[in-house]
Amino acid sequence: MSDGEDIWADAMLVAALLAVDPLLRGVVVRARPGPVRDRWLEAFRALLPTSVPWRRLPIRIDDDRLLGGLDLAAALGGGRREMQRGLLAEADGGVVVAAMAERLPVSLAGRIGAALDDGAVAIQREGFADRIQTRFRFVALDEGVEEDELPPAALLERLGLWLDLGGVSVRDAAPISATPEDIAEARATLDCARPPETRDIEALCSAAQALGVDSLRAPWLALRTAQALASLEGRDAIEERDLSTAARLVLSPRATRDLALQPEVASTPDDEVGDQPDERSANDHDEVEVDAPEPSLNDLVLEAARAALPDALKAFWTPAAANGPQGFGRTQGAAGAPLASTLRGRRIGTRPGPLRGVSSLDVVETLKAAAPWQKVRSRPEPRGPSPRLLIRREDFRVRRYQTRSESTVIFVVDASGSSAMNRLAETKGAVELLLAEAYVRRTQVALIAFRGLAPELLLPPTRSLSRARRCLSDLAGGGATPLAGALEAAGALAAAERVKGRLPLVVILTDGRGNIALDGAAFRTRAQTDALAAAKRLGAARISTALIDTSPRPRGDGASLADAMQGMFAPLPYVEAGAVLDVTRALRSSVT
Amino acid sequence: MKLALLLAAIDRTLGGVMVFGDRGSGKTTTVRALAALLPPLQVVAGCRFNCDPAAPVADCATVCDRKRDGSPAVIAAPAPVVDLPLGATEDRVVGALDLERALTLGEKAFDPGLLARAHRGFLYIDEVNLLEDHLVDLLLDVAASGENVVEREGLSVRHPARFVLVGSGNPEEGELRPQLLDRFGLSVEVSSPQDLAARVEVVRRRDAFDRDPGAFVEAWRGEDERLRATIEAAQQRLPDVVVSDAVLEQGSRLCMAVGADGLRGELTILRASRALAALESEPEVSEATLRRVAPMALRHRLRRGPLDDQASTARIERAMDELLAA
Repeated sequence: MSDGEDIWADAMLVAALLAVDPLLRGVVVRARPGPVRDRWLEAFRALLPTSVPWRRLPIRIDDDRLLGGLDLAAALGGGRREMQRGLLAEADGGVVVAAMAERLPVSLAGRIGAALDDGAVAIQREGFADRIQTRFRFVALDEGVEEDELPPAALLERLGLWLDLGGVSVRDAAPISATPEDIAEARATLDCARPPETRDIEALCSAAQALGVDSLRAPWLALRTAQALASLEGRDAIEERDLSTAARLVLSPRATRDLALQPEVASTPDDEVGDQPDERSANDHDEVEVDAPEPSLNDLVLEAARAALPDALKAFWTPAAANGPQGFGRTQGAAGAPLASTLRGRRIGTRPGPLRGVSSLDVVETLKAAAPWQKVRSRPEPRGPSPRLLIRREDFRVRRYQTRSESTVIFVVDASGSSAMNRLAETKGAVELLLAEAYVRRTQVALIAFRGLAPELLLPPTRSLSRARRCLSDLAGGGATPLAGALEAAGALAAAERVKGRLPLVVILTDGRGNIALDGAAFRTRAQTDALAAAKRLGAARISTALIDTSPRPRGDGASLADAMQGMFAPLPYVEAGAVLDVTRALRSSVT
Repeated sequence: MKLALLLAAIDRTLGGVMVFGDRGSGKTTTVRALAALLPPLQVVAGCRFNCDPAAPVADCATVCDRKRDGSPAVIAAPAPVVDLPLGATEDRVVGALDLERALTLGEKAFDPGLLARAHRGFLYIDEVNLLEDHLVDLLLDVAASGENVVEREGLSVRHPARFVLVGSGNPEEGELRPQLLDRFGLSVEVSSPQDLAARVEVVRRRDAFDRDPGAFVEAWRGEDERLRATIEAAQQRLPDVVVSDAVLEQGSRLCMAVGADGLRGELTILRASRALAALESEPEVSEATLRRVAPMALRHRLRRGPLDDQASTARIERAMDELLAA
C-alpha cells in the first residue's frame, strides 16, 4: 500500500464495488483536483450504463433544488401547483458528485445522510408532503489539505468506502479494465448471494472493535463490501480474502486506534465503557469458544487492516470516527469547520414576515409564495387593467441573516507554573460559565493555553459544551510562561475570526510575568519586551482585549501589558469564575 | 433508550424523550421501530386530526363536525409516528391553506400539517440540533400547550396537537438550548454495544433486512405483537399504580440534592416511575423503581457547575446513594 499503483488498483476496485452495490452508499475521494481524480471519476462513470443519472451537487444548493419544492415556472405560468423534484430524487439509481466536500455545510450533510440511510427523500415543504424513493451513490470529492479539513462527520460515517489518491501519480492511473457488462453480471450474482456465515460477520466486527471503530455502520458496510467483492469474482459466498480486502478498504481508514500499541486489543472490549472485570473474562471465554474451529480468521482480517494502517494513520483520516480520545482534537475541527462557514454572516434562510426597517425582502421567495395565487387573486377584478402580478402582504418573505453581533471570545489562559493550580481551576470555571451563556448569546468560545515553550490552541472556536469540558479537564498546569507567543497566537486567531465575520474578544488570564521570548529563548527581559511588543500589535490591530491579572500581588506587569493593548485591565488577586464572567460581559457591552 | 421509549409509550404525558448518541449507534432505527409496537388508537373515521371519539374537538371542522349529530364512525388506526424531516418548511409543520382546493375550487380550507398528524402519537426529529431555530421555537410552543394555533394566510385554526416529542442528536455537533432540553421529559445517552456477540447480531439482522425486508418484518411480527400487548397492558394498569408519599418525598429530595431546575423534574420522576411500575406489573412504586428512572428524568436538568463534566448520570446516582444512606 505504499505504492501509487497499489492505491490506484484499490481505487479501481472501489469504483467497481460502488458500481455493483449502491447500498455501499458512496465514496470519499481525498485528492487534489487534477488529472488523477478526473481519471478515477471517468473510470467510475465508465462502469455505469450511460443512461444512469450523474449529477453534480453545488455546495450552495438550497432545499428547493436538493429535496424538491414548488415548481415556480408552472405556478407562475399556468397557476398550477406542481412539485419539482429535487436533485437527490433525480439522481435515483445514479450518482451525486460533490466537489469540495470538506466545505459542505453540516445541515446539508444531514439532509444527504438521511436520504442515503432511508433510500428516500422525505419532503414536507411548501404544501407538499411526499416521500420519493431514491437510491443514489454519493461521491464526495474531498479537497482538504489540512489534516482536520474533512467532510462533515454525518456524511463520512455513512459513505462506505474511503479513498486517498494523494500518492498516485498520473503514470499510475491506468484506465479501468472492467466493463458495465462485468458489473451487471456481478450485480446478478450479488442479488442471489448466500447469507453470510456468522464467523464472517464476527471477523469483521472484532476487527472493527480492535481498530476502535465504534459505529455499527462500519462492520455492516464492510460486510456488504465483502459480499460485493465475492460477486465481482462471480462467487455467491464470501471468502477469506474478501473479508481482508473489505477490512482494508472500509475499516482501516476509520481506525481510531493504532494496533501496534495494543497487541491484545482484539479481545479487549473498549476501555472507555468501563466494563467490569468479570464481564471481560466472560467475553474472552466466549471468543475462545467461537474461535476454536477457525482460530485464524479474525487474525487474518485484522492483519489485512493492520497492513494498511500505518499509512492511513499518518497520512490522514486518523480521527475520523468521532470517538476515542486520540481522535478528539482533530475530528472536532472537522465538525466545526463547515459549521463555521454557514455562520459567516450569510443568508441563512427566509421566513414569512412583514417588512420592517432593517429586514430585506427576498424577491424570489416572495414571488414563489405569491405565484400559486395569481389565478385566484385576479378573479375579483375583471375590469380595468389588472396588474400582472398580485402580491399581498402575507407573501412577503424576509431574509434572515446571521446577526452581526456574533462574537468569539478567545480565552488566553496562563497555565504556567507561576500560575498556581487553583487559579487554573477557577479559570476553567469561567470559560465554562461563559460557554453556558453562549447558547443564549450565540457566542463562540476558543481557548489558548500557554505553558512550557509554546502556546497551544486547545479549543478552536466552538459552542459545544461537551467539547469544551473535555478540553478543559485535560488542561494541566506547570512550566515556563511563553506569554509573548500566546499573545501572538491570540492575535492570529482573532484576525482569522474577523475574516469570518465574527467579532473577536480576547480575554487574557495571566500574572503577566512572561519568561520565554518569541524565539523560544528563556530570557526574562527579552520575554517581557517581546510580550509588550505583541501586546502593542494587538492594540494596533484594534482587537478588543481584557487582561485579568491573576497574580496574588499585582506588580504592574499586567497593567502595562493591558495598556499596550489599549484594553481593559482587571486585577483579580483571587480569580473567581463569576467575576471573570462579569469582566467578559463588561467587555462585550463596551464593544457592542 | 428502549426503556425510555417504552415508558413514554405507556404514559404519553411524560413529555418526550431526547436521545443523545454517537453516530451508528442505532438511534434512528430504534425510534422508527416504535411504530410497530404502539397499540392502535380509536379515532373518528376520516378525521385528519386523529380525533378521539370520546372527546371530539369543537373546532375539528372535518368529518367529526358533520357526524356530531349521529354517532361518529369509529375505527382503530395505528398510532402515528411522524418523522419531521430536515428541511421541512413551516407551512407543512403547522399546516396551511390547502393550495389545491384554493386554486381549483376557490375555497378556503385548512390543510393540516405534521403536528396534526402526530396528534396522539409520536413526533420524531432526527438531528434536532440541525433544525432551524424558528421551527424549534414553534415545536416547543405547541408541545407545551398541546394545541396548535394557526394564524396565517387568512386562516384561523386551532386544533389539539398532543404528541410525544422524540428527538435525537449528536452532542458533538453543538448542544441544544437548555430551554429545549428541559421540555423533554426523559433524556438518554446511547452508545453502540461493545459486546462482540451483540454487535455481530446487529450486523447480521441488518444484513437480513437488506436482503429481504418483507420476510424480516414477518419473522419479527410475533415479537412485535408480544411487546405491543405488554405496552397495552401496562397502559391499563397505569392508573392503578400507587405512589406512596415516602417515595414522592424521596423524589423531591433528590431533585433538590442535585439542583435540578424547576418542578418538571419531580413530575417526570413521578410519572416515569409510575409507568415503569406499570410495565413491570408492580402495584406500587418502590424505591428501586425510582432509582432506575431518576437518571433519565434528571440528567438533562442539572444546573451545570463550571467544572462538571458530562457525567451527569453519575452525579444523580451519587446523590441517590447519599440520600438512601441517610
